[in-house]
Amino acid sequence: MFESLGLEVLAFSPPGWGGTLIHGLGMTLKIAFGAYFLGLLIGLCGALGKIYGGATVKWALEIYTTIIRAVPELVLILLLYYAGTDLLNRVLEWLGYERVDISGLVAGICVLGVVQGAYSIEVIRGAILSVSAGQIEAAKASGMSWTLMHRRIIIPLAVPLALPGLANLWLIVTKDTALLAVVGFSELALATKQAAGGTKEYLLFYIAAALLYLIVSLTSNAIFKTIERHYRRGQAPAGR
Amino acid sequence: MEWYWVTEYAPKFVEGLWITIQLLVLSIGFGMALATPIGLVQVTGPKPLALLAKGFCSVIRGTPLLIQLWLIYYGLGSVFPSIPLIRESMLWPILRDAFPYAVFAFSLSVAGYSGEVMRGAFASVNKGELEAGRAFGMSGFTLLRRIWFPRAIQNVLPTLAGEFILTLKSTPLAATITVFDVYGVGSMVRQETYRIYEPLLLVAGIYICLSGLIIAFFRWIEHRSARRRLVGVEH
Repeated sequence: MFESLGLEVLAFSPPGWGGTLIHGLGMTLKIAFGAYFLGLLIGLCGALGKIYGGATVKWALEIYTTIIRAVPELVLILLLYYAGTDLLNRVLEWLGYERVDISGLVAGICVLGVVQGAYSIEVIRGAILSVSAGQIEAAKASGMSWTLMHRRIIIPLAVPLALPGLANLWLIVTKDTALLAVVGFSELALATKQAAGGTKEYLLFYIAAALLYLIVSLTSNAIFKTIERHYRRGQAPAGR
Repeated sequence: MEWYWVTEYAPKFVEGLWITIQLLVLSIGFGMALATPIGLVQVTGPKPLALLAKGFCSVIRGTPLLIQLWLIYYGLGSVFPSIPLIRESMLWPILRDAFPYAVFAFSLSVAGYSGEVMRGAFASVNKGELEAGRAFGMSGFTLLRRIWFPRAIQNVLPTLAGEFILTLKSTPLAATITVFDVYGVGSMVRQETYRIYEPLLLVAGIYICLSGLIIAFFRWIEHRSARRRLVGVEH
């Protein structure tokens, strides 16, 4: 079937390039997962810092979120990639250890995670601030400590409010992984470029890659809708 | 940190800045010209057209811009030379350059993202205002031009400002298909001077200034339209 359509270059085993694309997709998803959860961690800590922190913490976080959101991702990735590995090696040398080569996977996750973190902070901060005051007062009136109140009341109530924004961030990070192709990390975009260059079938391979990304996006959309329905159970539908 | 190279490369950066601005303005112009009908047909259009517009938005929003750009430049760019009609046409000298492909790709991207915004914008305009327009005997097009479109745009100005800043931040992708915008010039300087950080920091600074300008421009427009609206209420 493949031969008749001229699609044998997409076969999974060499000389077909299908396997390379699927491997690239795997790397893309790994980086996206890693960066997303690193971003969420930064986002949660940063949001709490922006709401409850002292003046210095607030200022530092404000500078972080403003700069990250105003500079193109491509520039940030290059800056963080070189600056990050450079900084780490200098610290290691200073401590008397040998220089290390950071794997592309770890570097990619850290760089995209730091970028995601800035956006996550804003989404989570907005969600926490939108939790109704009555709920918080009720928690305080029941004598809950700060930690318990956040763990049992505020965070669970903030999750459904943050979900649409967080779903959006996941879609952004899966697409942003393509930018790592520019620093030479072999995820789906770079794998496609190599396959297209190797076979001269540019149109075919870029369409194939676009389809793979599209499948990821559409699947994620469906999953996030299910999660949102789960978290909104028992609540009045939005827009009322 | 060494900045000795700045004076030497300043003219190149100005050229690059000009390319970036051209890319941004053309993409937003063409993109919004497409986004308006894409938003409109999803609100009022016939079902097949509405579905087509919705599908277009999902595809554009569901795939990375870098892949779209490469698909258009390398993919279409590899097909065009094999068609003799195009090779011999007047368009060929334009089609050999990378810049039009970048404008085309970014315009489609703006159309996809802003098309979604415009759909919401058209849907959110108060029905009463449209009925009032019709009661005045306005034709469909006049209604759109005088009432529906201006009211829709007014409602989504902040969202559009955000979209345009995202567009600005994606213009450096054009450098991956040999367009020498600000970022492209920055990469060239990095290769020629072996300075790793300084050119990137300068480029980052330029983009921060450009984002600031877009924000200031939209503040000004919002301020103007808000004032006009208040005057309208007073009379």
